[in-house]
Amino acid sequence: MEIVNFTPFASLFGGVLIGLAAVLLMAAIGRIMGATGILSAAVFAEDDRAWRWALLAGMISGPAVFLMVTGNWPEITVPVTPVALIIGGFLVGIGVSYGSGCTSGHGVCGLARLSPRSFAAVLTFMATTAITVYAVRHVFGG
Amino acid sequence: MRLISVYLIGLIFGVGISISGMANPEKVLNFFDFTGTWDPSLAFVMGGGVVVAFFGYRVVLKREGPSFDQIFHVPQNRTIDLKLLGGSAVFGVGWGLSGFCPGGALPALGTGRWEVILFTLALIAGMGVARYINTHTAKRFQTPGGPELHQPAAHGPLTEAPRGPTTEQNIGN
Repeated sequence: MEIVNFTPFASLFGGVLIGLAAVLLMAAIGRIMGATGILSAAVFAEDDRAWRWALLAGMISGPAVFLMVTGNWPEITVPVTPVALIIGGFLVGIGVSYGSGCTSGHGVCGLARLSPRSFAAVLTFMATTAITVYAVRHVFGG
Repeated sequence: MRLISVYLIGLIFGVGISISGMANPEKVLNFFDFTGTWDPSLAFVMGGGVVVAFFGYRVVLKREGPSFDQIFHVPQNRTIDLKLLGGSAVFGVGWGLSGFCPGGALPALGTGRWEVILFTLALIAGMGVARYINTHTAKRFQTPGGPELHQPAAHGPLTEAPRGPTTEQNIGN
């Protein structure tokens, strides 16, 4: 094992901002900060979409503010093929719909609420993600 | 005022994701690559987020209700079933293949990178298929953000929240 690109302070600060946004959203409109539900309902729900689009617009503005403050776009390095992005994206879409949430909804908000469903979900997807990465990188890839 | 507040909250989330590295598939995939090139950073993202939200929620949920809504829309379902576990398992496979999760990809759209747009289109397609199957089968799952979440929340409607003597009661006396 080799430890690479470890950024504990930036990641902790980013995590604190994510947690803060989740708390403020609950305080303002009483909603869980879950990217899955917000995106899915913004696109597919029949009503109550305005706040979801406002939240999405704020999220999408994040990298521009990061650029203004630091002078650089947030680093995005994609070490996978376009096919993996399409299949992966589709599976994520199916999975988070049936699983009622993702890393933000279950992983931050749900764990903070001590929800047993979220603990079960997080343990499950962390395990399958690790297995998938291991399989792709060390079994089939190289 | 409500939508401006929500926009700014989204912005805080988007900046947090940008700083944390969650929008970077290389960093995300390295977090899970314990036997190869391991990057433990994402544990700090989730740790920081959970701790802040844990204490913040304790403060906020003691209030009678949110500032711009009647109730806290908090999921009440506590059943761990096959849909939750199966769905989460499939999500993990997709996350491991692509390196993007929804919360990381949505802010990353702001960079305009084609990889993020491609992932997000596939993500929406997957959500759409799941929603279609859900509305055309008898046994429905709980869609996040769907009407099933609009059930009596931790504190119930504001009108039923405990409070001091009201005008009506005074008139009654």
